[in-house]
Amino acid sequence: MHSQAKRLLKLALSPVLLLLSFLSTGVWAEEAPRWQVNMSPGVTEVGAKIYDLHMTVIWICVVIGVVVFAIMFYSILAHRKSPDREPAQFHESTTVEIAWTVIPFIILVVMAFPATTTLIDIYNTDDAEMDILITGYQWKWKYEYINPEGENVKFFSNLRTGKTEIYNEDDKGEHYLLEVDEPMVIPVNTKVRFLVTANDVIHSWWVPALAVKKDAIPGFINEAWTEVNQLGVYRGQCAELCGRDHGFMPIVVNVVEREEYDNWLAEKAADAVKIKELMAQEFTLDELAARGKDVYMRSCVACHGVNGEGGVGKAIAGSAVATGDIATHLEITINGVPGTAMQAFGGQLNDVDLAAVVTYQRNAFGNNMGDKVQPIDVYQFKQGQ
Amino acid sequence: MAAQDDSTYEAYYVPEQSKMALCATIGLVTALIGLATAFNDMTFGEGTENTHSWLIFNLGLAFFVGTLFVWFRTTIRENRAGMNSAQLKHSYAIGMQWFIFSEVMFFAVFFGALFYVRNLVGPWLAGEGAGEMNYLLWPDFSYSWPMMETPQDSVVGGAAAQPIANNGVYTGPERDMSFPGWSNIAHWLPLWNTVILLSSSFTVHIAHLGLKQNNRAKLNLWLGITVFLGILFVSLQILEYYEAYVEYGLKLTSGIYGTTFFMLTGFHGFHVCLGMFMLLIQWLRATTAGHFTADDHFGFEASSWYWHFVDVVWVGLFLFVYIL
Amino acid sequence: MAHGPAKGLSRWLLTTNHKDIGTLYLWFSFTMFLLGGFFAMIIRAELFQPGLQLVEPEFFNQMTTMHGLVMVFGAIMPSFVGLANWMIPMMIGAPDMALPRMNNWSFWILPPTFLMLASTLFMEGGAPNFGWTFYAPLSTTYAPSTVTYFIFGVHLMGLSSIMGSINIIATVVNMRAPGMTYMKMPMFVWTWLITAFLLVAVMPVLAGLVTMMLMDVHFGTSFFSAAGGGDPVLFQHIFWFFGHPEVYIIILPGFGVVSQIIPTFSRKPLFGYDSMVYATASIAFLSFIVWAHHMYTVGMPIAGELFFMYATMLIAVPTGVKVFNWITTMWRGSLTFETPMLFAIGFVFLFTIGGFTGVMLALAPADFQYHDSYFVVAHFHYVMVAGAVFSMTAAVYYWLPKWTGKMYNESMGKAQFWVSFVGFNLTFFPQHFVGLAGMPRRIPDYALQFTDFNMMSSIGAFIYGASQLFFLFNVIRTIIAGEPVNRDKVWEGAEGLEWTVSSPPPYHTFTTPPPVK
Ligand code: HEA
Ligand code: HEA
Ligand code: HEC
Ligand code: CUA
Ligand SMILES: [Cu+2]
Repeated sequence: MHSQAKRLLKLALSPVLLLLSFLSTGVWAEEAPRWQVNMSPGVTEVGAKIYDLHMTVIWICVVIGVVVFAIMFYSILAHRKSPDREPAQFHESTTVEIAWTVIPFIILVVMAFPATTTLIDIYNTDDAEMDILITGYQWKWKYEYINPEGENVKFFSNLRTGKTEIYNEDDKGEHYLLEVDEPMVIPVNTKVRFLVTANDVIHSWWVPALAVKKDAIPGFINEAWTEVNQLGVYRGQCAELCGRDHGFMPIVVNVVEREEYDNWLAEKAADAVKIKELMAQEFTLDELAARGKDVYMRSCVACHGVNGEGGVGKAIAGSAVATGDIATHLEITINGVPGTAMQAFGGQLNDVDLAAVVTYQRNAFGNNMGDKVQPIDVYQFKQGQ
Repeated sequence: MAAQDDSTYEAYYVPEQSKMALCATIGLVTALIGLATAFNDMTFGEGTENTHSWLIFNLGLAFFVGTLFVWFRTTIRENRAGMNSAQLKHSYAIGMQWFIFSEVMFFAVFFGALFYVRNLVGPWLAGEGAGEMNYLLWPDFSYSWPMMETPQDSVVGGAAAQPIANNGVYTGPERDMSFPGWSNIAHWLPLWNTVILLSSSFTVHIAHLGLKQNNRAKLNLWLGITVFLGILFVSLQILEYYEAYVEYGLKLTSGIYGTTFFMLTGFHGFHVCLGMFMLLIQWLRATTAGHFTADDHFGFEASSWYWHFVDVVWVGLFLFVYIL
Repeated sequence: MAHGPAKGLSRWLLTTNHKDIGTLYLWFSFTMFLLGGFFAMIIRAELFQPGLQLVEPEFFNQMTTMHGLVMVFGAIMPSFVGLANWMIPMMIGAPDMALPRMNNWSFWILPPTFLMLASTLFMEGGAPNFGWTFYAPLSTTYAPSTVTYFIFGVHLMGLSSIMGSINIIATVVNMRAPGMTYMKMPMFVWTWLITAFLLVAVMPVLAGLVTMMLMDVHFGTSFFSAAGGGDPVLFQHIFWFFGHPEVYIIILPGFGVVSQIIPTFSRKPLFGYDSMVYATASIAFLSFIVWAHHMYTVGMPIAGELFFMYATMLIAVPTGVKVFNWITTMWRGSLTFETPMLFAIGFVFLFTIGGFTGVMLALAPADFQYHDSYFVVAHFHYVMVAGAVFSMTAAVYYWLPKWTGKMYNESMGKAQFWVSFVGFNLTFFPQHFVGLAGMPRRIPDYALQFTDFNMMSSIGAFIYGASQLFFLFNVIRTIIAGEPVNRDKVWEGAEGLEWTVSSPPPYHTFTTPPPVK
């Protein structure tokens, strides 16, 4: 109630604020292609086909439009009322009626051909050389490189743009809102299949330059594919309303040479091994809290607030869970709360991060529990289920 | 229906101002606000606040029902006072017919949903056809209808380990409601319900014939029997729900099978209650007030149309929910 | 039967008169239009430049949602129902609507319903924030608790629409004056008859859908949850089975209005009346089999994708017939350009552009790039604002002298048209560009490359908004201080029964049926 009321008050003042903000923010970083008015053909064959289809249809429509409106404006000019003009009284002609039913139909058939072949192409996911499982979460993407002979490489990709830029306290950088902490990396000239799903609500994975847009439906896996023929960094955004930060879950795809890709993948796999080692270690309260703060600011802050004051989620400051029994705290963090926005983080964070974030929550925001949770505790808790 | 010509023209009755629409609105909106609040208390509430939601609901509902009562009483009185032209009566008939059509569409959605989940979603979830890759999410799920094991059940670790966060908990039933084999046929309630409802369609028709022949006794008797059959049907339906919940473990939360089963039969049951109530009113009008004549009995006719409609829906249900 | 309106407030509260009810509907819908427009202004103000200035993202989502809902269900639909109430009995020579008391009820359900919906803005959790398409599970498992009020609100709106449409069907079928055969009915009556049929067919579908949501939210059913064997996409199929016919519900009465106005100011009968009727019926029929063109990216099997693509493209044919007929009606007429005609021509021009972008969207592979981008936003504002709102504005100017007996000020009317026309295009044309360049819809903040066009769009929106306030002023001025028209046939070229009665018409128009030529 209160926060809503405050918001409405703010709104009442909005014209003033609008003017102020317009005067204050003068310059916005470098020039992106700011006057782009058309779709881009992108960097894939499918993208080029879609672009061609798009242009063909635009031109067909322009021609029809010119003809139709020319006739309309001609009558507007030539057939205005004047003393010597008696309006004609004709009001029927089966011939023209048939003509203007059949001609548009034929035009549509002409459009349908390239549309059909392109669509068939888009649906052909055969012969892909690699699979990436893409999972949408509120409000981040998870990429999992499926490895038929071993462990999958997986990581989350979060928005990197800081709050200060968003709230106009700092200048906005070149890739404002379109930058992430860890981009997806794929090799050039390789057919990559995307398996798209979601963990909570529906999201949609869209990178215009790759001409891929596929909805991520919780509980179902959709397929899409791409084969990029140009090195570069391609950016996109979530395209299905998915809640508060729908506008803040960008996608970045880094297309690199095969070799570079292989190295990157090997490095990622090595990182995973390192985490495994960390899991066996004991940490001090300070180490845990420091790491936990990072994790919190990345994964929890969106719902629980910078000061643990809550928002979408309940307040952590003074929460009965965060100041109560460790097992319940772990249980909620690992399994989530069914039927609410509180996700199951057990599958999203590794045991070190889980231990850290729970420890942090128990010792921050005025929660002075003084106790700590070690990775091994998390491991055992998960095993015990 | 072509427009009538001049000679048959009677003045169309346009009623004076009326408070009924306003009262009906107040009642209905109050009731729904109360109901919404009650549901919210149940699902989102803290349990400590007392919002009086059920009280608001009941007051609103009572006011609404009272208004409808007055409303219908007024129209009946107007008709008996001879204010309604043939044309107005035809308007009423058209109104009722299109109302029934809208109800048909309402049921069509639920049948459509049933068709969609049974024939498409189930196989997809089990990794067939277009859902080929779904095996990554539900590796052990295999599909059959009635769905006795939900995809969630099939995941090792159940609700906690499922690949989608934050669902509720859906546990499949122990037994389903379909045909239990010839030896148990006598205990198969849906069959008896079918018999009951189908015969009630006949009895209401016989009552109608009686009315048209001006045979009041026949009307009263057969209409009474129809109402009784309606009550019988609803009672058996309640018994069946009891069995489903207590003996079969089939609940609203038993995944999509329980969902579609209860929603389809539930809405049908609700409509049977409505139809039965309408017929009951007509029966009371016929027996206690001597309403209706052989050629003017729209209230009766509309109720019987409604009853036939409810009957047809049941046939669909019996086929698609119980047998196939 | 009383011969004049009752005095005081009770005239409006308790009325059974089709004209009074029509007036109520019209004022209600205009109020809602201002409310929905106010929400749009907030959206446009926030999008004026990148970064978050005025509102928080969750409030922005509430604005988008409420804007869509209020405009579609509160402004456009009731406005055309109001028009139907006023005009249909007069056009077919009937004494009133067929079921006058129910008529009053369908109206009075609406104000408290929208009051309830609007009040969710002040409740814990905020107003609905899941878009006017309220896709599950964002609107079920992840919804704010106010979703329950939203659900019952939709039920009530559905009830109102169904009763309103049944009334219109009964009126048209049963109340025509002798000699008013179906194929003599004014086009506006035809389009409403078909619209009413669409409404009775799809509003129950929407009611069923929100009922499923209610059960999923509160009673643990699994319609839209894969874990229980349901499917979130089921939601979308049902929603669009309602939603696509819904967009034709929004536009068909507008087609009817334009088909009345263009012949009047061309002083020439409507060209191809019969084919207009058949085209309208075909559009209505096709509207039931194209719904999944809103769902090309959900991962349907390719066969479904192709079917819906072909069916959708077909709608261009009957719609084209209508456009061509309007233009041929103007051809070799004797045209004058009073305000209603200006809006009608603006309608034909801009709606056709919106139709063209519709055909582009219909092409499934291209839609993979357009879907959920501002290109779609541009498309549907071209058909809904320049379509439905322009035609409604035209209708008000056209019939206002008949309703009030007073003439609006022609130069003010023309001024409003030109400001609206410019403002509208400035708002929505650049949205095509940002959409094609990759800007998703329903976002409170955007990448820097979209800045300039968004700024233009916002400025255009403020201009367009101002022109609507001017419209309001114009209407009120006419009612209070307009020149009396003093003649039955306000427009030289007008045809139809409504022009045979005085301006303003008597409280009960035709107590006995008028002769029909
Ligand atoms: C008044 C409402 C209205 C109307 C009339 C239309 C008309 C049409 N619409 Fe539109 N549409 C909406 C309202 C409307 N739409 C809304 C609200 C949405 C978005 C909903 C949301 O997601 O929130 C939407 C979205 C939408 C989509 C989904 C886009 C997406 O989300 O990805 C599609 C895709 O096919 C589509 C197609 C069409 C087509 C083919 C027509 C056709 O009827 C147009 C036909 C008209 C013409 C073509 C012009 C005249 C014809 C000629 C001059 C003849 C010759 C022409 C040719 C041969 C091309 N619309
Ligand atoms: C018929 C329906 C209709 C109408 C008439 C309009 C009218 C307008 N709409 Fe739209 N709109 C929708 C239906 C409609 N809309 C729908 C269905 C959606 C999708 C929602 C969703 O995504 O879920 C949408 C979404 C939508 C968006 C995208 C939001 C997003 O994706 O986040 C935008 C953005 O610019 C927008 C703008 C406007 C504007 C500027 C007007 C203008 O025409 C409004 C003009 C009217 C006024 C301005 C009122 C009069 C003035 C005042 C009350 C005083 C204030 C005036 C000033 C400050 C100048 N609308
Ligand atoms: C998308 C939103 C969201 C995110 C991200 C999120 N939470 Fe939550 N959280 C919630 C919601 C909603 C609740 C309230 C659940 C309920 O109604 O019981 C909650 C509740 C909790 C509670 C219980 C609080 C109490 O007093 O009941 C804990 C502990 C918690 N979250 C920990 C975390 C941790 C740790 C993280 C990050 C690693 C996190 N949450 C991230 C939404 C979120
Ligand atoms: Cu994720 Cu929008
Ligand atoms: Cu559509």
